[in-house]
Amino acid sequence: MDHNEQQETTHKPVKRKEMTRRQFLSYTLGGAGAFMAGGAILPMIRFAVDPILQKKEKSGFVKVIEESKVTNEPTEVKFKIHQVDGWYESDPKLAAWIAKSDDGKIYALSPVCKHLGCMVSWSGEEAPNEYHCPCHGARYTKDGKNLKVAPKPLDEYEVKTENGWVYLGPIEPNSRV
Amino acid sequence: MFKNMYNWIDERLDITPMWRDIADHEVPEHVNPAHHFSAFVYCFGGLTFFITVIQILSGMFLTMYYVPDIINAYYSVDYLQHQVAFGAIVRGMHHWGASLVIVMMFLHTLRVFFTGSYKAPREMNWVVGMLIFFVMLGLGFTGYLLPWDNKAYYATKVGLEIAGAVPFLGDYIKELLNGGTIVGAQTLTRFFAFHVFFLPGALLALLAGHFFMIRKQGISGPL
Repeated sequence: MDHNEQQETTHKPVKRKEMTRRQFLSYTLGGAGAFMAGGAILPMIRFAVDPILQKKEKSGFVKVIEESKVTNEPTEVKFKIHQVDGWYESDPKLAAWIAKSDDGKIYALSPVCKHLGCMVSWSGEEAPNEYHCPCHGARYTKDGKNLKVAPKPLDEYEVKTENGWVYLGPIEPNSRV
Repeated sequence: MFKNMYNWIDERLDITPMWRDIADHEVPEHVNPAHHFSAFVYCFGGLTFFITVIQILSGMFLTMYYVPDIINAYYSVDYLQHQVAFGAIVRGMHHWGASLVIVMMFLHTLRVFFTGSYKAPREMNWVVGMLIFFVMLGLGFTGYLLPWDNKAYYATKVGLEIAGAVPFLGDYIKELLNGGTIVGAQTLTRFFAFHVFFLPGALLALLAGHFFMIRKQGISGPL
């Protein structure tokens, strides 16, 4: 009797709340594996996303046209900026439509259509005295206000005049409409 | 959560048996380093594959910046090495891994040779392994040109001269690899195509055959 009882207690499975040996080993193996895989993969991911983390440089002012040549009628001016694109450096040409408003203030609109990014131009046969986009027919007023298709008015260049010359700076949202 | 996702897919596609076929098999005692430490020599094949996976991954990421063009190739490599974050690490993995994969493959071949694992019925797997060896050498040779620096240029010149020394066919082989008569723009694009499309494609097909045969025939018995 006594002997039996003792056997009973020794064979009783011990209840533990801790994880099992198998669980511990699989977590250890999984953790070590994840650490090693991470060591190989994370540098590659950081490498791949580098362009969105690179510092963007704000463009400076560029001399484009003599102040006296700007009229009430929008005129296209082209100017070069210096661009660093990874390992490739170039001086691409940008365009601006520059005009004098009724109060004599000079302003310059960016010709990049606010619909899907094509180039607009001023007052063709299709759209007299309006900006017109050839891609999907967006129209804008002389101040760049969107009339149809495009959801927003044309962007403006920051304008500075010095010693009779007009300088264009960074692009900013339209302030005229 | 993962268990639920797995079960959801398993109910529909019954993927558990497939998983069993691939991964759930016994490792014989004589290849288990826990039983006999010297059994680590059986790891070299797996290590070769592990490094191959790293080569494929790091290579995929390197093509985000690299251009196979004689004017830009060197500058793009210089840019990704020095300007891009972790560029030295990712290119370093590809650079050192290329040598390491040859070392591991050589050790794996030695193990197979000295355990006599190439004998019947595994002769075909030895042959496929040899083909993998030559594809790997081809990957090393074509990848070496891609940075388009002096070392790359002259190594390729020498390699192509060696190819040209083949009796009768040498000149044709050389011109075909060269994409013309000089090591130039067409050589670079050609080597790039070999390095990232043709040879990796051949390598993956051969690896599939290699692994299929080892699963079908099992690991060779103890010495």
